[in-house]
Amino acid sequence: MTATTPEGWLLVLALTLPAGAMLLAFVAGGRHAQRIALGALALWLVIAFAIALQVQRGGAPLAYLIGGWQPPLGMALRADGLSAAMLLTGAVVLLAVALFGRAPYATPRGAQETRAAYAYWCFLPALAASLAAAFLGGDLFNLFVALEMLTFTALALACLDGKPSQFKSELRYLLFALIGSVLYLLGAGLLYGAHGTLDIALLAGRTRADAPTLVAGALMTAGLIAKMALFPLHLWLPPAHAGAPAAASALLSGLVVKGAFVLLLRLWFWVLPAPVVLNGGTLLAALGAAAILIGSVVALRQERLKLLVAYSTVAQMGYLFLMFPLLAAGDAETASRAWLGGVLQAVSHALAKAAMFLGAGLIAASLGHDRVAALGGAARVMPITVIAFAMGGLSLMGLPPSGGFGAKWLLLRASVETGQWWWSLVILSGGLLTGGYVYRIVAAALAPPAPGCEARPVPRAQELCVLALALASILLGLVPLKDLGLVRVGAP
Amino acid sequence: MTGTDILALAACGLVAIGLYGLVAQAEVLRKIIAFNLLGAGVFLLFGVVARRGAGAGLAADPVPQAMVITGLVVAFAATALALVLTLRLYQITGAATVAEDPPEPTAPDS
Repeated sequence: MTATTPEGWLLVLALTLPAGAMLLAFVAGGRHAQRIALGALALWLVIAFAIALQVQRGGAPLAYLIGGWQPPLGMALRADGLSAAMLLTGAVVLLAVALFGRAPYATPRGAQETRAAYAYWCFLPALAASLAAAFLGGDLFNLFVALEMLTFTALALACLDGKPSQFKSELRYLLFALIGSVLYLLGAGLLYGAHGTLDIALLAGRTRADAPTLVAGALMTAGLIAKMALFPLHLWLPPAHAGAPAAASALLSGLVVKGAFVLLLRLWFWVLPAPVVLNGGTLLAALGAAAILIGSVVALRQERLKLLVAYSTVAQMGYLFLMFPLLAAGDAETASRAWLGGVLQAVSHALAKAAMFLGAGLIAASLGHDRVAALGGAARVMPITVIAFAMGGLSLMGLPPSGGFGAKWLLLRASVETGQWWWSLVILSGGLLTGGYVYRIVAAALAPPAPGCEARPVPRAQELCVLALALASILLGLVPLKDLGLVRVGAP
Repeated sequence: MTGTDILALAACGLVAIGLYGLVAQAEVLRKIIAFNLLGAGVFLLFGVVARRGAGAGLAADPVPQAMVITGLVVAFAATALALVLTLRLYQITGAATVAEDPPEPTAPDS
């Protein structure tokens, strides 16, 4: 039985504030849209922080029943440690990307309104609202709607520049996402037919390993991994993410794929019965391992910076799937370690990858191209960007001290403790390969400029946004693990 | 075989046809139609669940119908978005297909 907790109104605010800001920006338009979006995103960060603080302090999830109706008829918003941590990450990344976008998406002097700027400042709060819906939703059908909102806003941001080269890859992305959400909805329908509710907390007590639950689980998992671009359904991601403008790629790679990840965790560790998780988790982790190895090797061979970073997303998403068999097989302590490791990987990857995509965008804007072989001189013109890019890379590699190190170390320990040592080989070799492609870029950027290379300086404010994100991903590794107890609140 | 069973089988058929079309067809317009067939199958399945009222233990359950209405709105929005993108793609390239790999963009994307 869920009841509204005293601070439950914070959850409503986290959802309605960005949605309201989006509508207001849509009506106000022009320069007002920018002000409204920036103000709303700053406030949203405060709300996300307040929610995290409440969950950490109270040690119990927050909940809000919409209209006071009890599930199964009513719908609940819930914030456990996972939601709070992801919400906070989303708020930090969104605010940094919004500040980054102030220069490229400013309404020029003299113009009333430009299409790209107007769309950018309307869709940023829209993305915040869809993320809040995906992280806080306590009902599988609500989560379906959140997933669709995420897809639509992400697509609009990806097509922001309106370049012809983008449309085909973004259309492919949309089609993959649509197949994914229809499969998810089909599974949700089957679950409702079998159990009479879609409320996650109620389903947790009702599901058995019977045919409808298994078929529904398989359909929903297939739909979600199509949206997360898990190997072998990853082919749409690199062109779609690399073709988008820098600010949009950072959001797509850092946050949008994480929405589907949170749904997958809810489905597997709350809804599906334990024996299914134990057996199916190994399959997911095997696909994740393939994604790590193949994604990293393909990234190593890329000629273009943004495609390289996009393939690195495919590889880093693979790490998230390693937690499934570790969580299912271990004792309580190991399971909690694997859980923390997986969530930490999602958070640190969001921060690091957003920094790297913004950095790659700045480098491309300055040099006028993004060929890895011809990056020479970049470090001279924009040392801060290159340093931030390298720091993001350190976090992806899992070198201490960084958030990525904490995540990979916890997963490594859990894999040894559960006797599933083969995953640790994957984690370690993935780290080496990541080191390889990060080194390629940094070495190229440090090389002396090629003759005739004209690098334009980039705005310092944008560089600082990139640096802030990269620093956040590093600093995450300096937080003592016991203080990350937030993530464990309400964990399965 | 009752009427509900026939509807359930029809839903399965629609889902199968839609899924096949989405995967096998290269023309985007056909893919979008297939997506709508697939969606129709899923919504029909919700209707069957509503008629049976199985999980909720009722003679007939109105909740799935409420979900279908939301689902229809979402599917409509998705179709509209996909059509607009397809139209732009057709205007630019003169063909609406996602069949072959697009050539790598030569201009930097910033």
